[in-house]
Amino acid sequence: MSVQSNVEVHSEWGIVSARQAGRNLAKELGFGGVDQARFTTAISELARNIYLYAEQGEIIIETVENSRITGVQRGLKITARDRGPGIKSIREVMEDGYTTSGGLGAGLPGVKRLMDEFDIDSVTGEGTEITAIKWLR
Amino acid sequence: MADSYSFMQEQYTKILKTYLEEKNEIGLYQAQQFSKKVLENQISPEEVVSLHIEALEHFFPDLPQGARDSFDFLIEIMMGYGMAYREHQILRDKQKELESEINVAASMQQTFLPDEIPEMDTLDVGVISVPASKMSGDYYHFVKDDNDCIGVAIADIIGKGVPAALCMSMIKYAMDSLPEQRLQPGALLENLNRVVEQNVASNMFITMMYGSYDSRVHHFYYSGAGHEPGFYYNKAEDSFEELYAKGLVLGLNRDTQFREYHKKVEPGDFIVLLSDGVTECRTDDGFIEREEITRLIRQYSDLSAQEIVDNVFYQLEKLQGFRLRDDFSLIILRRKV
Repeated sequence: MSVQSNVEVHSEWGIVSARQAGRNLAKELGFGGVDQARFTTAISELARNIYLYAEQGEIIIETVENSRITGVQRGLKITARDRGPGIKSIREVMEDGYTTSGGLGAGLPGVKRLMDEFDIDSVTGEGTEITAIKWLR
Repeated sequence: MADSYSFMQEQYTKILKTYLEEKNEIGLYQAQQFSKKVLENQISPEEVVSLHIEALEHFFPDLPQGARDSFDFLIEIMMGYGMAYREHQILRDKQKELESEINVAASMQQTFLPDEIPEMDTLDVGVISVPASKMSGDYYHFVKDDNDCIGVAIADIIGKGVPAALCMSMIKYAMDSLPEQRLQPGALLENLNRVVEQNVASNMFITMMYGSYDSRVHHFYYSGAGHEPGFYYNKAEDSFEELYAKGLVLGLNRDTQFREYHKKVEPGDFIVLLSDGVTECRTDDGFIEREEITRLIRQYSDLSAQEIVDNVFYQLEKLQGFRLRDDFSLIILRRKV
């Protein structure tokens, strides 16, 4: 059965709560120190995007499973959902070296690299939903 | 990647152990060598911290909890470096891709330039054209007609690199599509000016000098469009004079007229055409003087036209520490005896 944690993000406290929830789940599931940090950083970046560009939204963290020949693979999934302005050109924000806030290495491509799977949907004027999964190695 | 990590783990533990036991420079040297290996294996900074704490726990099972926890803190600090590191790798691949694309474009551009210089009994011709980076904004062109008349063009697109190169390709096609019969220099520039004015963004300009050498009577007719003046060497007087042609740059004004100039060329006289990359050679003391160029040409004037331009280029390249700041083109046409 899947464990789920929802955190509202409308302040930096929300970002910290989301990180905390993610770290707890990652620890429970048995992620190593570096992977815990990567997973938490991904949550941090996604939550910060909500806080900075959409003002309000939520981060949902849940356990996921994937049946493989080698057995059941377990992982954690982040869903970052907001009703903000949306992203006009997804292709642009997914491009490396594209920065709006002048950040180094961060941004959505950075989050994508921290995770194993990444998916983004955005409608201008309606909002953005990003999902990303990290599998337990 | 998991394999390389556990392999690195083993190595790291080993060399750290040696260092902690012997605390000498050899150990530190090994660490320095290891840091190269870490990069080769694409181990990111946060993983290096993790290598360290794991090795440490191995040596000191009683590591105080606070010390242990501080490494979680350090891993978090290293996350930014890790992300920047991965972005850097991707940008580096991207750069390689761009570079190979530019290489293809640059070799394509080379095909725009004449593959050979015309050989004639009456004229000794030397040409050198070297781009400052991969793509060139300089252009030159030769046409020879049935009457042994030779047309020579040298052009400089204001600007460098890819935009200048794109613009240069247009000049080439414009020149190729000029009417078959030989045009007088002034008329030819007027023709080209209209093409440029119509087709090129208003912030791009092209300077050009076009000359036509009639080797039956040894007359040289030329016109210029804001181009760097060349030189004319008078053998009898052993003197250089400016080869200046008044005219607006191409693309500025649709109805520009270009005045035509004329020289009677005597045996041993020669015409020097150049781009501003030649005269705007910069050394630590500032731009070189135009006299420096004539001095160099004179120094090598006993050689063939091609050898003169090659030597002048070499000397000026050397003067600038073998780093060109602008595209460099130099053409010499010398009347044989």
